[in-house]
Amino acid sequence: MSITPTAAGQVAPTPPHTGAAANRSVAEAGRRARRRRLIWLWVARFGFAVVVIGGWQLFTSLKIVDPFFYGQPSGIWKRTIDLFENGTEFGSFWTDIATTLKEAVFGFGLGAAAGIVLGVSLGQNRFLADVLGPYIKVVNAIPRIVLGSIFIVAFGIGVTPKVLLSAVLVFFVVFFNAFQGVREVDRNILANVRVLGASPLHVIRHVTVPSALTWIIASLHTAFGFAIVGALVGEVLGAQHGVGLVIKTAQGSLDPDGVFAGMLVISVITLVAEFLLTLLERRLLSWRPPSPAEAAAI
Amino acid sequence: MASRNESASRAPADHADRAASRIEVTGLGKRFLTPKGEVFTALRDVTFTVEPGRFCAVVGPTGCGKSTTLSMVSGLDRPSEGSVKVGGREVSGITGGISFMFQTDALLPWKTVAGNVELGPLFRGVGKRQARTLARDWLRRVGLAGFEDHHPHQLSGGMRKRVAMAAALINEPRILLMDEPFGALDVQTKAIMQTELLGLWEQLRPSVLFITHDLDEAVALADRVVVMTSGPGTVKAVYEVDLPRPRGAVQDLRYEPHFLETQHRIWESLREEVQRAYALTAGADA
Repeated sequence: MSITPTAAGQVAPTPPHTGAAANRSVAEAGRRARRRRLIWLWVARFGFAVVVIGGWQLFTSLKIVDPFFYGQPSGIWKRTIDLFENGTEFGSFWTDIATTLKEAVFGFGLGAAAGIVLGVSLGQNRFLADVLGPYIKVVNAIPRIVLGSIFIVAFGIGVTPKVLLSAVLVFFVVFFNAFQGVREVDRNILANVRVLGASPLHVIRHVTVPSALTWIIASLHTAFGFAIVGALVGEVLGAQHGVGLVIKTAQGSLDPDGVFAGMLVISVITLVAEFLLTLLERRLLSWRPPSPAEAAAI
Repeated sequence: MASRNESASRAPADHADRAASRIEVTGLGKRFLTPKGEVFTALRDVTFTVEPGRFCAVVGPTGCGKSTTLSMVSGLDRPSEGSVKVGGREVSGITGGISFMFQTDALLPWKTVAGNVELGPLFRGVGKRQARTLARDWLRRVGLAGFEDHHPHQLSGGMRKRVAMAAALINEPRILLMDEPFGALDVQTKAIMQTELLGLWEQLRPSVLFITHDLDEAVALADRVVVMTSGPGTVKAVYEVDLPRPRGAVQDLRYEPHFLETQHRIWESLREEVQRAYALTAGADA
């Protein structure tokens, strides 16, 4: 007997109905397994928070750890509510948050824009990159946070020095990623578009920038953290408003709960920014294949 | 009959006016400076001609400088000595009217299928809408109608090759350079793609310089097969393939006695080169 397509077709006589039903039950089982996993995941996450925060509360309540130095979760919560309700000695707490946020966002925008423009142009130009390379390394080696002192001296205790400090911190993170992203552009793709007749401007627009965008966007997540750090440090060095000032004041009055309260508020702000950046990332990088982890195996 | 033949074979009369698509490679050489500062000769005295509208395949062992030759024809790379002439004009820099197909994907992963195919016309200054219409038309011709808005990662390897083929042919190039374009495909897909390439080529008749290490592929597709030696790469022999055109399905062609006879004759020449190159790399590894 020879194997013909029809013969091969008859070898697998699965009636379509049982096949579909079996598929449905397999899918159902898969969904159940996924739901179970999700429930356990959240139970474990919640449990972890309870152990850490509860343990902190317990040890400080039993005076095994001194709440005077290390704060206490209940105290931090009370202090946070108090800050929002009664404000600080310098005015409303919302003003402080708005000030810090403004400094961080402006610094972030300025630093990211400068980093992208310089990173992309230096990544394009090998000679310029070789000339400036050592200097950039030197500047990168400087502890830039100290620049904050100079900015305060030069620009006073307003918003400007904080924006500048944020921008400097953000710039280097974004710059190095943009630079590297441009360097990593696929040689084949470059050769291909050049043969197709692309001008240098075409290459930048259609190839270099989209390709480097993966790197740039990844760096923006870290960069926003740095923007906040820049704003806070600037405020600690000298300011009239800002969460950094609230933290510094709390430190001065030996109030660890106040320091932690400032930290809590900043964390929430950073998480919100992170979420917005993830939305932006999804939108700009929608062409990327889903990572294997997202296509869950049953 | 296929025979070793250094002289030009005659192009069909209706393509005689397309002398602009003749590729003449004369005494081509390429040397590189290794990181240690030594001079490495990749190519030496490579001479062959691709007649207008003809299909020329270059076969040779790995590392014989096939790809280097191709990038010098495209103008992406400069020769150390000798010259490449396209349509009687010396190549210096990117030459117009050439398309390139690479072994690895050269599609832009962030653009849709149609976005990739329309790049050629866009770079030439064709309007956005007209370029899109052209791209749709070409995607239909390679059998990908309905996939315009997919991204490359959503397609199979064979489908991505079709996109690359549409992107390469949309500018109706007079010269098509192909660097092992089907090397990464499975055997069945490869045969289908070869047949489709022949079909599209017969409609447009650009001059083709096709690099491969697969002799079956070379004989099935080409009018002329250039066999190269390795270390340094140079031309060992040139064979004419006189299988009639249109050749039809590549899968069926493989069993024809005349195909086998031609393939066998060229293999006699290629075999010692492959063995020599293998012995060299094996020796270098030890």
